[in-house]
Amino acid sequence: MLSATFLFYLFAGLAIGGAIGVVMAKSPVGSLLFMVTALAAMAGTFVLLEAHFLAAIQIIVYAGAIMVLFLFVIMLLNLGHDYEKDLKGGAFAVVSFGVIGGIAGLRAQQLGATGMQDGPGGAAIDALIAEHGAVGAIATELYTTYVVPFEITGILLLVAIVGALVLAKREV
Amino acid sequence: MASLAALVQGGGQAATEGGHFEPFFPGLVVLLPLLGFLANGYLALQHARASADAVRGGSELDLGDAASRPATHTLPTWIGPGVMAVAFLITLVNFTRMLGAHLEEPVVIHYWTWIATGTFTVDAALQLDQLSMIMMMVITGVGTLIHVFSVGYMKEDPGYPRYFAYLNLFVFFMLVLVMGSSYALMFVGWEGVGLCSYLLIGYWFSDREKADAGKKAFIVNRIGDVGFLIAMFLLFKNFGSVDFVPVFHDAETLVYGGGLVTAITLFFFVGAIGKSAQMPLYVWLPDAMAGPTPVSALIHAATMVTAGVYLVARSSVLFALAPLSSAVVAGIGVLTALFAATIALKQNDIKKVLAYSTVSQLGYMFVGVGVGAYAAGVFHLMTHAFFKALLFMGSGAVIHSMHEAYHATHNHEDPQDMRNMGGLKAFMPITWVTMWIATLAIAGIWPFAGFFSKDEIIWYAGAWAGAENAPYPGLYTVYWILALAAAMLTAFYMTRMMVMTFHGANRTGDEESKHLHEAPAVMWVPLAILAVLSIFGGWINVPEALQSGWAGLGGVLPMSEWLHHWLEPITAQAHHVQEVNLGQYSYYAPFGGGEAMWAAISTVAAAIVVALSIRIVGGRTVVAVKDDTTELTGFAKVLYNKYYVDELYDRIIVQPIVRASRFCWKVIDAGIIDGAVNAVGWVSKGTGWVVSMFQTGTVNTYAFILTVGVLFVLGASLF
Amino acid sequence: MITEALVLSAILFVIGTFGVLVRRNAIIMFLCIELQLNAVNLSFVAFSRMFGIEGQIFVFFVMTVAAAEAAVGLAIIISIFRHYETVNVDSFNLLKW
Repeated sequence: MLSATFLFYLFAGLAIGGAIGVVMAKSPVGSLLFMVTALAAMAGTFVLLEAHFLAAIQIIVYAGAIMVLFLFVIMLLNLGHDYEKDLKGGAFAVVSFGVIGGIAGLRAQQLGATGMQDGPGGAAIDALIAEHGAVGAIATELYTTYVVPFEITGILLLVAIVGALVLAKREV
Repeated sequence: MASLAALVQGGGQAATEGGHFEPFFPGLVVLLPLLGFLANGYLALQHARASADAVRGGSELDLGDAASRPATHTLPTWIGPGVMAVAFLITLVNFTRMLGAHLEEPVVIHYWTWIATGTFTVDAALQLDQLSMIMMMVITGVGTLIHVFSVGYMKEDPGYPRYFAYLNLFVFFMLVLVMGSSYALMFVGWEGVGLCSYLLIGYWFSDREKADAGKKAFIVNRIGDVGFLIAMFLLFKNFGSVDFVPVFHDAETLVYGGGLVTAITLFFFVGAIGKSAQMPLYVWLPDAMAGPTPVSALIHAATMVTAGVYLVARSSVLFALAPLSSAVVAGIGVLTALFAATIALKQNDIKKVLAYSTVSQLGYMFVGVGVGAYAAGVFHLMTHAFFKALLFMGSGAVIHSMHEAYHATHNHEDPQDMRNMGGLKAFMPITWVTMWIATLAIAGIWPFAGFFSKDEIIWYAGAWAGAENAPYPGLYTVYWILALAAAMLTAFYMTRMMVMTFHGANRTGDEESKHLHEAPAVMWVPLAILAVLSIFGGWINVPEALQSGWAGLGGVLPMSEWLHHWLEPITAQAHHVQEVNLGQYSYYAPFGGGEAMWAAISTVAAAIVVALSIRIVGGRTVVAVKDDTTELTGFAKVLYNKYYVDELYDRIIVQPIVRASRFCWKVIDAGIIDGAVNAVGWVSKGTGWVVSMFQTGTVNTYAFILTVGVLFVLGASLF
Repeated sequence: MITEALVLSAILFVIGTFGVLVRRNAIIMFLCIELQLNAVNLSFVAFSRMFGIEGQIFVFFVMTVAAAEAAVGLAIIISIFRHYETVNVDSFNLLKW
């Protein structure tokens, strides 16, 4: 069996590569496919972080539904052959963002290194999963403590559907 | 409303009852001219509207024909002089009642409290005493005559109701000035008459020059008003009141000759200089002749300009406490008397001669009150009101006649220039006679009114110089000599005016002279009344020393020093102060001789001057303005140009102010202030332009800026 | 592993931000925004290992909102495209006066 650390770095590499691909790809469809790669890789890291339900959702909702939506739009607008180079900013932007990214990563590492590597959270989640299963662990909380925001999310989605319809309709 | 009822019924409580004087509707005296003003003012507005409508309709109101004049034009004829006549009658009743009573203390009639702030209160109250009564008599009496005269003089003027509205308003304020029971109320009248003076000088405001003359009078008077105000503040600071009664009651607590009382009196005198046209602020009065001639008679000869003399006489205690101020008052007075008299020698405009004569005579009054002869000053004020009003109205009648002559022949010559007159006695005998009476009066010829009043002033000036304990004897000697010299000049320039106007050959023009005529009755009757007063007016105050002699007609005149005794309650305190501080002093002139001798000398000298100048001026060949090519040279030119005082003021005061104003306008206002305002606009605009560079409209830019902001916040949290 | 996850999250977020700023294609910008959201999600998941299950629940909500946002955002892009015939944001200057 491959070690978890190796898997993590594998997924991390895929995610970063996919992300860079999203930014650099000339074709929107290419970008989109890189994005799917990155999202799938992140789903892997979720699994490694014991967030199994979220990993599944990530694949189904993000990499699946939302990305297909994007694809549909690209097709709809016939942008598939848009190879024009629209990247602006160039080397300077890359360097500056490299520096900023380094600082941000450093900071994140400091944050992680402050301890609590094995904080109470990890053990509690493991206990919940052991008790309710991966889905049940989230569902228990979602349908008890956070039931009102959950319902409101439903309304939000409804509004988004209506809004999208209204906006995209030909005759408004 | 209650106070109005109280006003009509003679007021609330008399604060101090003295003798058995019962005031008779004194409030009505003040109220009537105000009502006249309101009524005439309303008519004036209606009249203006009607004329405007007529002009718009293409026609014009015909005022030349008596029958076709509208009611707005005829009603003021009755309202204007009417209210004055009633006010005079009420004053007369009060006067006779006061004659019968022995009033030791002034009667203060309180109506309501006007200002009440903290410890400072000013009541709307009238003060009736001997001084204000004399002033009321002069104002309403002479005022009524001038109102009547105006009916004839102004009858064809399109602004007739407005004229009477202003005139009534002036009388109202003048009465407030003399009847007010406090300096504050006096100041109200003081400012009010200034306003009316401005309105009436600029009565023909469509003429730029006349409107400017009004402004000049108003602005020059402001300088004096500042002095009045400062003096009032000083009084309040030291007495806690500006009412006459408490101030004069406590006045003697001030140090005799101290800095404070000197300052107060000098500041008051600054006010008097402005109002009474003394040096160096006299310049507005000659220009004030731009107003209608009856206005000159009422405001700029008989009443308003004497307000300064009234102020000094009213404040006699304070001035008696300040010998330095008194010396200044007399000094300014005598200098002005001489200075103005010399200018009058060379003036050709009949009204200008009279204007400088007025300035000169006002100087005499200040000499009177300056040498402690307050009663003499008021006496000259009164007689001057008679004969100067007469002279002005006489000149008005002449101008009226001249104007009509030129108007009928469409000649555009100056109807006021004496070079265009000459020989008018044939056309206007009544005016001629009455004006000669006034001229003899002003020249100081016995037994006319001016003789008694002017000689009294001159005598007191000399006597003060000769008195043992009097201050500054040398200075007063100079004053006395100058006053005598000015008296001789007066006799000369007045005679010159009379000769040039009425004697010799007529220079108006052959065609024009056919239109010259005597003034109508409504104009000459007031002249005649004033002529009588100019003859007999002086007899109420024949000096003791002259009483039994020739000047008093050997004792025939009963009222020896009547005015002195009448004003005794007013001046007693001042004389007491002089006595306490200077001791009992005896009067005698610097070069010896008594009052009778000097009076005889001066009247004989004046008579000689008059006789000589008739010969001298009569012997000259005067030519009409259009033929006059004489170039004046030397001192005559200086006199003709009034010593270039106007030019001097223009150079040293007006021009610098104009330049400073221009600087303020161009540099400070347009440059700095407007520049600052514009700069704010430019800076905002520039900033907006710079900031708008960031507003590209593209989302990426906004996202970038947002990111930079977030990084700043994060960076801040990092350290 | 939490530390590494956080570092990964940061790197992904920066790349996403970079993408939003440098790309002009509206759809790709949108994708980059989704990438940023995912980076944040990763942080949440990592932190949930420290502080408890609430982190994961938050991710759940974020995903919902992201879905709604994607729907509405794409609808907007479509309607803009109808008008301009392009998805290049440089052409959209409605925000400029």
